[in-house]
Amino acid sequence: MMNRCQLMQRIQRYDFALYDLQLYLDTHTQCREAMALFERYRQARAGAMEEYVRRFGPVKALQTDTGAEQWTWGQGPYPWEREAN
Amino acid sequence: MWTYEKKLQYPVKIKNPNPQMAQVIMSQLGGPDGELGASLRYLNQRYAMPNDEAKGLLTDIGTEELAHMEMVSAIIYQLTRNLSEADIKKYGFDKYFVDHTGGIYPVSAAGVPFTAAYFQSKGDAFADLTEDMAAEQKARATYDNILRLADDPDVIDPIRYLRQREVVHFQRFGEAMRIVQDSLDARNFYACNPSFDKKCGKRRGR
Repeated sequence: MMNRCQLMQRIQRYDFALYDLQLYLDTHTQCREAMALFERYRQARAGAMEEYVRRFGPVKALQTDTGAEQWTWGQGPYPWEREAN
Repeated sequence: MWTYEKKLQYPVKIKNPNPQMAQVIMSQLGGPDGELGASLRYLNQRYAMPNDEAKGLLTDIGTEELAHMEMVSAIIYQLTRNLSEADIKKYGFDKYFVDHTGGIYPVSAAGVPFTAAYFQSKGDAFADLTEDMAAEQKARATYDNILRLADDPDVIDPIRYLRQREVVHFQRFGEAMRIVQDSLDARNFYACNPSFDKKCGKRRGR
C-alpha cells in the first residue's frame, strides 16, 4: 500500500498531465485526441484522490469529513513543509 | 474566485539548509522576472483580451504561476530551517535576516522589494502577449542562472521542473498571439488595438 507521499506524488503526476493538457487545449480547442487523453487522466486521478482523502484527509476544504470529531481541514503538514513531500 | 488545494504542483524535499542558495532563489519569488510578477502580470492583463482563448490562457497560466510562487517559497523555506547565528553570518544571510528573520518576503536576490513596476498591463493584446513571451524567456534565463549556481540535487530537481514550465508557457503564449492575429484583417494588424478599437480587424465599409 502506498504511503502518504507516494500517493500524493501519484496525484501530482496525474495533475501535471491534466494541467499541461488544459493549457494545450486552451489554444487547440478542436483537438479530440487531447480531450480523450484529458478524460483518461481525469478518471485515473479521481480514484487516487478518493483514496488520498479517505486515508490522509482533505486536499480541498469541500472534501472535509464533517462526521469526524473535529474540523480537520486546517491540520498539517502543510505543502511547503519537508515532511509533506 | 480561487480555492486552495493543499498540495504543491511538484514535490520539494530538501535535506540540507543553505541560506546563500535561498537568497539567490529568492529572486524567482520577488525579483524582476519572478513568479509573483508573472502571476500578477497575467491575471491583470486578462481582462482586456479580445478573445476567449487569450482570456482563458492568461487565467490558467496566471493561476499556475501562483503554484510556482508556492514552490519557490517552499524551496526558500526548507533552505532556511534551523539556522544558527554563525550560519546566518557565514552564508551572508544576515542582511535578509535582520529585516525578515525566518519569514518569507518577496525581494530580489539583491534585496530589492517586489514592485508592480516589474510588469505592465497595456490594454493592448499584441503589446501584452509580446511582453508575456519575453517574460517567460527571462524567467527561463533566471532559472538557467540558478542551475549554474546550484549543486544540491534536492534543489536542482524542482528548479529544473520550474524552468521547463517557462518553456511550455512561452509556446502557449505564441499560439495565443497567432490566434489573435488570425482573427484580424491580415493587412491591418498592428494598425489598431484589438482590445480597444471596436472596428479593429474589420474591413473598411463593412
